[in-house]
Amino acid sequence: MPERTPLISLRGASQTFHSKSGDIPAVDNVDISVGPGEVLCLVGESGCGKTTSARMAAGLSRPTSGTVEFEGKDIWSMSKEEFVTFRKSVQYVHQDPYASLNPIRDIHKTLSAPLLKHGIAKNRSEGWTQSAELLRRVDLTPPENYLPKFPHQLSGGQRQRVAVARALTLNPKLIIADESTSMLDVSIRVGMLNMLGRLRDELGVGFLFITHDLAIAKYFGWRGKIAVMYLGRVVEFGDTPDVINNPQHPYTKALLDAVPEPDPDLTKTKKPGGGLRSADIPSLRNLPPGCTFHPRCPLFEEGTCNTVRPELTLLDSGRQVSCHVVARRGSINAPAGASAGGS
Amino acid sequence: MTQTTDQPILSVRDLVVSYRSGNGQSVDAVRGVSFDLYPNQSLALVGESGCGKTTLGLGLLRLLPRLGSIPAGTVTYRGRSDAEVDVLALPKNDLRRWRWREAAMVFQGAMNSFNPVLRIIDQMGDTIRAHREKGSRSVSKSEIWERSADLMRSVRLEPKQVLPSYPHELSGGMRQRVLIAMSLLLDPKLLILDEPTTALDILTQRAVVDVLQELRAERKFAMIFISHDLGVAAELADRVATMYAGRIIETGTASDIFYSPRHPYTSGLINAVPPVVGDLPELASIPGSPPGLNSLPPGCKFNPRCSYVEDRCLSTDPDLLTISARPAGMSHEAACLRWQDVVHERKVVARA
Ligand SMILES: Nc1ncnc2c1ncn2[C@@H]1O[C@H](COP(=O)(O)OP(=O)(O)OP(=O)(O)O)[C@@H](O)[C@H]1O
Ligand SMILES: Nc1ncnc2c1ncn2[C@@H]1O[C@H](COP(=O)(O)OP(=O)(O)OP(=O)(O)O)[C@@H](O)[C@H]1O
Ligand code: SF4
Ligand code: SF4
Ligand SMILES: [Mg+2]
Ligand SMILES: [Mg+2]
Repeated sequence: MPERTPLISLRGASQTFHSKSGDIPAVDNVDISVGPGEVLCLVGESGCGKTTSARMAAGLSRPTSGTVEFEGKDIWSMSKEEFVTFRKSVQYVHQDPYASLNPIRDIHKTLSAPLLKHGIAKNRSEGWTQSAELLRRVDLTPPENYLPKFPHQLSGGQRQRVAVARALTLNPKLIIADESTSMLDVSIRVGMLNMLGRLRDELGVGFLFITHDLAIAKYFGWRGKIAVMYLGRVVEFGDTPDVINNPQHPYTKALLDAVPEPDPDLTKTKKPGGGLRSADIPSLRNLPPGCTFHPRCPLFEEGTCNTVRPELTLLDSGRQVSCHVVARRGSINAPAGASAGGS
Repeated sequence: MTQTTDQPILSVRDLVVSYRSGNGQSVDAVRGVSFDLYPNQSLALVGESGCGKTTLGLGLLRLLPRLGSIPAGTVTYRGRSDAEVDVLALPKNDLRRWRWREAAMVFQGAMNSFNPVLRIIDQMGDTIRAHREKGSRSVSKSEIWERSADLMRSVRLEPKQVLPSYPHELSGGMRQRVLIAMSLLLDPKLLILDEPTTALDILTQRAVVDVLQELRAERKFAMIFISHDLGVAAELADRVATMYAGRIIETGTASDIFYSPRHPYTSGLINAVPPVVGDLPELASIPGSPPGLNSLPPGCKFNPRCSYVEDRCLSTDPDLLTISARPAGMSHEAACLRWQDVVHERKVVARA
């Protein structure tokens, strides 16, 4: 199969914030890409750089080094028109459904304003019918019930659906969904995920899907890829089922081991502490030398891990892992019965 | 799992909790809850947002906000001395003593429970001093440090790092563990935790869950923990009670609830949780949303969303019916007219 040009790619992208107490290397040399209709899940603990990476991918902030490309073109050297097209094609759905909608605009206005502005709707009546169609796409039916409402009259889940509908107004090629389901109740959340999954399948929209919940990444991104981030870097990358069922990096293993399963028998087999030496994440302002995971890593090797920084290395079947111990093995381990509680 | 022939430590009967609203009206957020909790047991309260979990927890310890009240029901506590305590009738002073010594609560939203301008050690000191026995000598600084340090170690925190810190200097997971430690200061026999792991990172959540397991094994307290995370419930609970619209609609052992739920609502909740291990199941949401407290449907309150609904569900609001009877509060019960027909299955999309 010929290599398709990805919709969006970060190439060696880094973002360093400057603060009074020193530099914060929030994202360090990240390479990720998403093609048309593909799903890439970014997972990792709070502060590992997921949102910062996503904002760079959406063109909302400029990398301090490296590039961001849209359909093969560096977005920061695009002409104004090209940049406008890019911004229309890549839509960002914010993590907080409460903060992302304008409280004094009703839903009809929220949806029809961008439609009219970009000439997708020719007049007000087209604006109304197209807005109604968008609400149907996100399962808010009948749309007439929702169009005149204001955000405060909707539940959290309904608001989140409106935010997705608004992201769809300009027929995007890629949706960046940042933790857009984490605040919701389980039942509403799965409704949202199923709805997003339908958009992915029916409209061929690509997704950069951000979550710290590996079970959600597994569910939404089963046919896609997962990039696991730790302290600003990607530490494991591969096909979702492979990474979930046979994780290689000790950090990925710990994350998977730590997930509380809705299954009392299974859950009894979990290792305390996810097998980690420490529960606490080091500060970005004062990163540990060598592998930044070494103070917590159960496989830590004195002399190597605390002095030499491991690079992301390609193993078999497209898996990339940044770990000295795994790299030395050179090949992917057979699925370990011990990982993630066994099956 | 804890087997016991003891008396229940807590007996709740037909408890109703109301909130007064602006226009002189009131709504019942807890509508007749009954259960027995036995010593050392851990009971999870689960259910969607707004079903009354926090309200029930606050009501049990009489910690309701000003507009909340308990118009009906009883709460009976049997603690260290075998004497029965009628919690709802306790006078104010006795209630204060009862609360930290016998029963303690860790509130939802860890940050709000701290005084932001006091170091952790000073907050510990204040609490220790406030609760010393009447007439006993004052507590020395070093005694406060020692007791606080012990508690910090019991929740796997480094006393030298944590005790001199201000709350904002600690991570969410550390704050949550400090709160758990504080609640254990007077060694209560009943601990109520409201969403102890919500909003924490997965590895931090794991640390809190592990700490709770250890503490429970060491200190032998009974625990009610409120969570809308069913995974955490599966892990920490001997027993699970599902709440819906202010009532317990199913109760049983963790295995009953997770492997053979008999209320369509519980089954729906479980089928909405993605597992990380094993096959990829098909997940479905429960249609609709919970009813408003002042517009409850007639009959079974779940009937507008229930795929098993029949005519009789529109007129009869079922009580909890016994599915299998067991001692010590471990019975499996469900408030569904059709519990015998409820089949819980997970359809698989892809094999692991
Ligand atoms: N504008 C900013 N100025 C300074 N530091 C920032 C800024 N934005 C983010 N950071 C820091 O960069 C790091 C990465 O933040 P980011 O928001 O990307 O994490 P995240 O993985 O999205 O976390 P979460 O799961 O909590 O959303 C954090 O340490 C954060 O405090
Ligand atoms: N102080 C209050 N005044 C009036 N109504 C209240 C008050 N607190 C809660 N309620 C209402 O009581 C019901 C139960 O709320 P409660 O907070 O107990 O739910 P919960 O199950 O803990 O939800 P969550 O999972 O969101 O924490 C809700 O309908 C809520 O709106
Ligand atoms: S490089 Fe060393 S410390 Fe880092 S993950 Fe691998 S084994 Fe652990
Ligand atoms: S009583 Fe009827 S409506 Fe209620 S849960 Fe059972 S089947 Fe559904
Ligand atoms: Mg983020
Ligand atoms: Mg609550």
